[in-house]
Amino acid sequence: MEVASDPGNLRNVRHVVLVMSGKGGVGKSTITTELALALQHAGKKVGVLDVDLCGPSIPRMLGMANQHVHQCDAGWVPVYAGSQQTLALMSVGFLLEDPDEAIVWRGPRKTALIGQFVSDVVWGELDVLLVDTPPGTSDEHLAVLEKLGKHRVDGAVLVTTPQAVSTGDVRREITFCKKTGVKILGIVENMSGFVCPHCSECTSIFSKGGGEELAKLTGSVFLGSVPLDPLLSASMEEGRDFLQAFPESATYTALQAVAETLLHALDH
Amino acid sequence: MGPASFPVLRYSGFMTPFVARLDCPGSTSEKAGTSAACEGCPNQSVCASGAPKAPDPAIEGIRLKMASVKHKILVLSGKGGVGKSTFSANLAHALASDGTKEVAVLDVDICGPSIPKIMGLEGEQVHQSGSGWSPVYVEDNLAVMSVGFLLGSPDDAVIWRGPKKNGMIKQFLRDVDWGELDYLIVDTPPGTSDEHLSVVQYLSGAGIDGAVIITTPQEVSLQDVRKEIRFCQKVKLPIIGVVENMSGFVCPKCKNTSQIFPPTTGGAQRMCEDLSLPLLGQVPLDPRIGRNCDQGKSFLNEVPESPASMTYRTIIQTQKYCIIITPEVLLLCIQTTLSGLHLRH
Ligand SMILES: Nc1ncnc2c1ncn2[C@@H]1O[C@H](COP(=O)(O)OP(=O)(O)OP(=O)(O)O)[C@@H](O)[C@H]1O
Ligand SMILES: Nc1ncnc2c1ncn2[C@@H]1O[C@H](COP(=O)(O)OP(=O)(O)O)[C@@H](O)[C@H]1O
Ligand SMILES: [Mg+2]
Ligand SMILES: [Mg+2]
Ligand SMILES: [Zn+2]
Repeated sequence: MEVASDPGNLRNVRHVVLVMSGKGGVGKSTITTELALALQHAGKKVGVLDVDLCGPSIPRMLGMANQHVHQCDAGWVPVYAGSQQTLALMSVGFLLEDPDEAIVWRGPRKTALIGQFVSDVVWGELDVLLVDTPPGTSDEHLAVLEKLGKHRVDGAVLVTTPQAVSTGDVRREITFCKKTGVKILGIVENMSGFVCPHCSECTSIFSKGGGEELAKLTGSVFLGSVPLDPLLSASMEEGRDFLQAFPESATYTALQAVAETLLHALDH
Repeated sequence: MGPASFPVLRYSGFMTPFVARLDCPGSTSEKAGTSAACEGCPNQSVCASGAPKAPDPAIEGIRLKMASVKHKILVLSGKGGVGKSTFSANLAHALASDGTKEVAVLDVDICGPSIPKIMGLEGEQVHQSGSGWSPVYVEDNLAVMSVGFLLGSPDDAVIWRGPKKNGMIKQFLRDVDWGELDYLIVDTPPGTSDEHLSVVQYLSGAGIDGAVIITTPQEVSLQDVRKEIRFCQKVKLPIIGVVENMSGFVCPKCKNTSQIFPPTTGGAQRMCEDLSLPLLGQVPLDPRIGRNCDQGKSFLNEVPESPASMTYRTIIQTQKYCIIITPEVLLLCIQTTLSGLHLRH
């Protein structure tokens, strides 16, 4: 299947950013969600494409669970957060009748659905389309690049947690990016340091500094460290806008800095 | 929200032709490629051609190979980073601390193999012998196989689509010289896709004792884990039980507990009640677990007195794979036996 050089429904999408990590559970979906919200608050039109078909988390994190995708003449209408229509989301989570249903699909089917997400979703005009991916370097990742066309992808934000077990996997993701010609826009170190809400003692539950070290080692931009923050995980559970709810927190500052550096990188 | 007058999309419904369906009859079925659900599936022509209808002959080869393996246990989770590999490694160490038992770990996380690092085997290589690939040994009675041993450098990415990953898993099961084993523990990547289907299919002749499901307490994780449980039910894989990992963090300074990953929907306990599954135990967040993993040391051997390692032992105990005989564990062993739990052999 050949990819059109300018897929019709993506015509008015300015930037495409992949959020990736070799490792699972490091916070890709969380960072995608917070980036989407930060960009939206900065007045941008944002789309989120969730290609984690076996474990779609974004609908819950954006408080959009139990919504549906509708079909119109031009294709599939994504689900919008709020009435402003500045944050659009497409996820396999919207296509399941029963949320506990497992998508037990081998690669070719996943590739086919991702192809449809790319060609059939009516994104309209977007400043940035963020693509949340599952862990690994396999079918979904190759499908996104193949269906979007490499030239349509501005680059990838890589998320890691500080410990070696995680940065090890992210090093493999960096190799993936190099081999497939995806630019690395930067590395985010997530869950670095937990500040006890009772006594303010900081514990590095998942070690510390691994993401920054990795950025140095590979000559990548370091986008910042986001602390392990129970208020953030609780916000993700409830689908609450963390940036709006906790603008005083250190986590807010860190997330905001990541978003600003990213925007800057995209505009230059 | 989309205009209400337009139809709601469901992937099993009327969507445009490419979308695959869950009611796929399977490539080995009589109806492969010809059922209503096959209409428009990208695999339709392959399935309809009849080529792959006969069961893969490897299944029989694997059955013969696995005849010398007493127990096969999968470690699964729908969610990533919840501690599958950590649990697999600790389970293996605990079982292998009985010198009379032969234990092996097979890492089928092809794109993100962590077992070599966690078990302190980075840089090791697999050797070919007359009877197949020789696994790497941590101890005389603890063997490990991982795609990590086949890579030139730790930076090497395995950029493989499904079929290649499946081929690798087949080789791991059929061509590795496992020898006589009491336990084979299979560590998996997150999700319900090629690797999981392949392990289950390739071991269908040999039989799997069951799966241990790992989760963390928050709903973001549980929602994926429920899908994994659904997967187990679909492929008729027995579930030994569920382990909740990273349940709360005890501050080393003030000793207060924080719920970093809050059980907003009741955690694993509630899920297990709802789905009638045994909850095997709850392992707290402990920085030493992470540190030991990074250094490739066994947490159980390094810090045997911590609350976290107590839970690991309790879990291993309830599975009746009791190896470490400490007074507490022994007591638990007797209790579980008395309470008439169905214990697998
Ligand atoms: N109870 C715990 N306390 C502290 N750290 C833990 C705990 N359990 C696991 N970890 C750490 O969390 C990280 C993720 O664990 P692990 O690699 O075992 O997860 P996984 O489920 O195998 O991930 P993946 O889906 O990417 O394969 C590791 O660094 C591990 O050391
Ligand atoms: N900085 C953080 N502080 C606290 N919890 C976090 C943080 N980042 C992520 N989480 C939580 O960790 C879990 C895993 O994150 P998720 O975004 O689902 O990871 P991934 O998409 O990489 O699998 C989620 O419950 C999320 O809310
Ligand atoms: Mg995710
Ligand atoms: Mg793992
Ligand atoms: Zn404290």
